[in-house]
Formats: sequence, C-alpha cells, structure tokens
Amino acid sequence: MSDRSPLRALGRARPTPGFGDAARVVPSSGVTTLLTGLTAAAMAFLAVFALALSLSSGQLAQRWSATLSQSATLRISAPPSEIAAQTAAVLEILRTTPGVASTRVLDQDEQRALLEPWFGPDLPIESLALPRLIEITEQPEGFDPVGLRLRLASEAPGAVLDDHTRWRRPLVQAAASLRALAWFSVALIGVMMAAMITLAAGFSLAANAQVIRVLRLVGARDGFIAQAFTRRFAVHAFLGAAGGTALGLLAFAILPVAGDSGFLTGLGFSGTGWLTPLALPPLAAVIAWAATRAAAMRVLKKES
Amino acid sequence: MIRLANVSHDYGGRALLNGIDLHIAPGAFHFLTGPSGAGKSTLLKLCYGELSPTAGEIELFGQPLHSLSRDALADTRRRIGVIHQDCQFLDHLTLAENVALPFVATGRPVPENDLRELLAWVGLAGQADSLPPTLSGGERQRAALARAVMMSPEVVLADEPTGNVDAEMSQRLLSLLVELNRMGTAIMIATHDLMLIRNAKSLVSARVLRIADRQLQSAGVDL
Repeated sequence: MSDRSPLRALGRARPTPGFGDAARVVPSSGVTTLLTGLTAAAMAFLAVFALALSLSSGQLAQRWSATLSQSATLRISAPPSEIAAQTAAVLEILRTTPGVASTRVLDQDEQRALLEPWFGPDLPIESLALPRLIEITEQPEGFDPVGLRLRLASEAPGAVLDDHTRWRRPLVQAAASLRALAWFSVALIGVMMAAMITLAAGFSLAANAQVIRVLRLVGARDGFIAQAFTRRFAVHAFLGAAGGTALGLLAFAILPVAGDSGFLTGLGFSGTGWLTPLALPPLAAVIAWAATRAAAMRVLKKES
Repeated sequence: MIRLANVSHDYGGRALLNGIDLHIAPGAFHFLTGPSGAGKSTLLKLCYGELSPTAGEIELFGQPLHSLSRDALADTRRRIGVIHQDCQFLDHLTLAENVALPFVATGRPVPENDLRELLAWVGLAGQADSLPPTLSGGERQRAALARAVMMSPEVVLADEPTGNVDAEMSQRLLSLLVELNRMGTAIMIATHDLMLIRNAKSLVSARVLRIADRQLQSAGVDL
C-alpha cells in the first residue's frame, strides 16, 4: 500500500483504528451527552443518600426491635406499708415464670437518676411514695405477658407489667415507613432519569434526522440505527452514574454523620451495605439504554 | 426486479401519479424525464420503498412492498443503489467512510481493496479523507455514485445525478453509469437534461419514459 493510498490517509485522519466503526455514524453531540452524564451523576448521588436512608432505617428497625423486646419493666404502686410484701410476691411469681432470665429491683439511686432530668439532683426520694421498679431480662424465647398479668392481678394488684410492646410497635412502624419512603425515592430517581434521558434522546434523534435518513437509504435496519444512539447514552449514563456514586460514597466516608447515640446513629453504610450503591451505574446504563431505545424506535417507526 | 402495477400516489390529497405501470428488468437502462414537479423523484422513491403507493401494487424483487417488514425493506435496499439529488452524506465522516457506509450500516466488514478501486474508478482516490462539505458538486455526485454501487446493487436509481455539474462532468458520470450497465446493473436515471439523454443514446440502448399528466408514457425517438 503506497503512502498516497486513501486508506492510509484514512488511518491518519481518524484517531481510532478499525475502519467502519458503527459508533461513529452518529456525530457526537457534545452538549446532549454531557448533560446526560451530568444528569446521571446527580441522580446517582441522590440515590446513594436514598439508599443509605433505606438501609439504615432497616437496621434501625431491627435494632430497636431487638433491644426493646429482650426486656420488660414491672411497676409496683402500693401504699408504703404493703410495698415490701407485694415486691416479694412479685419476685416470687417472676422466679417461677418460664422465660424470665433474671430480675432486678431498681434501688433508690437508680430511681433518682431516672427522675433527675425532671426534678433535679436534690430530690428527697426517700420521702416520696414512688412506685418500685423491677427490670426483667427475658430469655430469648420470651415469656407469656398475658399469663403473667393474670397471675400478678390476683397476687399483687399494684403491679403493672410493661413489656415495651407499645413503645416498640410505633418505632418499628416508623422505621419501616421511613424505609419504604427511601425505596420509593430510589424508584422516583430512576423514573426521573428515564424521563430526562428520553427527552435528551428525543432531542438527539431530531438533531440527527438526516443521519437516520441516510442510514435507512443505504439499507441499515432499525436495530442498527437505534444501537448507534442507545450505546452512546448508555455509556454516558454509566460513566455519569459511576462518578455520582463515587462522590456520594465519598461524602459518607469522610463526613461525620452523627455521634454514638440518637436517632441518626448509623445513618450511612456498613459492611456489605457499601456494595449496594455499586449497582447504581449499571442500573443507570440499563435505564438509559431502555429509554433511548424506546425513543429511537418510536421515531424510526414514523420514517420510511 | 422492480415492478409497479397501476400505481397511484397522492401528495397532500393532490393526485401526483396515476395508474403507473413500470418494470425495471435486469440490465435495463431507463431515463425518466418530465417537467419539474411532475413526480420523477416521487416515482423513484416508490421504486425503493421510501414512499408507499396510495393505490396499486409495487413488487421489489418478487416481494409485494406492503408485505415487507421494516427490516425486510432495509435488506431490500441493499440490492438497490440510490443516488439522491442532494447526495445525502454524513458530513462528519470522511468521503471514504461515507462510500463504505452501506457496509458499516449493515454490520459487514468493509472490503478495503474494493473501496480503494471504487474511489479510483470515480476519480476520488485523492479525496478519500476529505469531508463531504469540502468537495465540489461534481465530486459529491461521483461520491454518491460510488456509494450507490458500493454494495454491487442489482439496480441503480439516480435522481438528477448531473444536476449540479458542468457538461464535461455530466458526461463523465454518464459514462460511469453506462459502464456499470454493461456489467449487468439495471439503471434508471431521472433527469430533465435532454443533452444527457442524447449523449447516452449513442452509448447504450436506453428507454426514455416521460411523466406527463400524471401518467407514464414512452417518449418517442425524437429525443
């Protein structure tokens, strides 16, 4: 092949080797693809936070559920003269109740500590007719709260059992709703991305009407023409989403989210949870591919 | 190969072509003439399925046009080379890539030797890496011809292939098409360039068809 040959010249003119690269038949439209990438990046970034919320609220629900279900509290309200007798009766009942691992009567110092936030440290607790509190630790299988209440009612009428169910249920429900809301947000972000990419693809298809016409003229099938667009959008969505996901994870890795206690404890990823956001870039690519293909096929059906 | 039976076509409710019968047989050489706006381009578009008839039957290689799926029609177009009036290139691809497009667009490897020979045949070997907008009208027309014959089609449909070129270049394009016809390709050229038709008649036995009053007529020997 002489140096003057057209193909040698072609090789110089194009940066990539391989004559007839199907990806090149559609001219690159810088702004549209750039915006697609940026959209995917922003959506992935938001999705990382929604995922974090979803995973953490799931853990939160579990933690609350587990902590509160392994313990119960017994409160004995009785005149000072009877309280010692009733406490002894209650402890005897608890000792013979299957499923109770241990019991402990809270002493005055502990009760003072509990009341301190409301009444201050100088409360003369000895002179008050405070109810006696007994903390019950359950065995893993738990005890039968209904049976226990019946026995308590007959032998120690001043005793009230609180197995924490009424605290636990709304908390777990709240966490579950939070989690559903987070998943809904992830889905919403996906739908928004599909909508935006459909618009971008529609713009790109309209701008390349001439390219589509020429390709039809020389015998290209719809699948080939659509692929020229879908590949580009899928690649840019993937790269954009990868960038957005990386930034989102980086934010969780370096930002101090919350301390050791409180509602927001553990908002973020832990363990294998860190791997979940890695699904975002492929998911973005699939959404972009499907949205672009649907738009392309719709446009092509109108052509001859 | 291409057969039209009693074909009519309307444009926006206005009848443009009516009761057209046409058969393009292997090795035929047709001219299609008539005044501007008579429907020459429309008739060519019907012949390669870009337009559908409002009445009548069109058969492409033995298959009724209306029975072809979009993919089947795309496959049929590989057997028909079309030279468009305004060439229809992809301006971001080089000339050689544009000529090779029928192979790229159908997912086949480009026969680079054939491409080189074809570009030399139409006298564009030196412009292979030029972009279409930088070419002259004559060069673009020859490139369009090269792209139309790249897939070794059985029939070439040309719409005013000498529209923007001078007499010398139009003679050169004609001789390329005549040469192609001698190798067995059926040719149909839509033109209102009577000079071109006269010149062709000395080279090849061409049939001249004229569109007048929405009908297709055989033009006399007076041309």
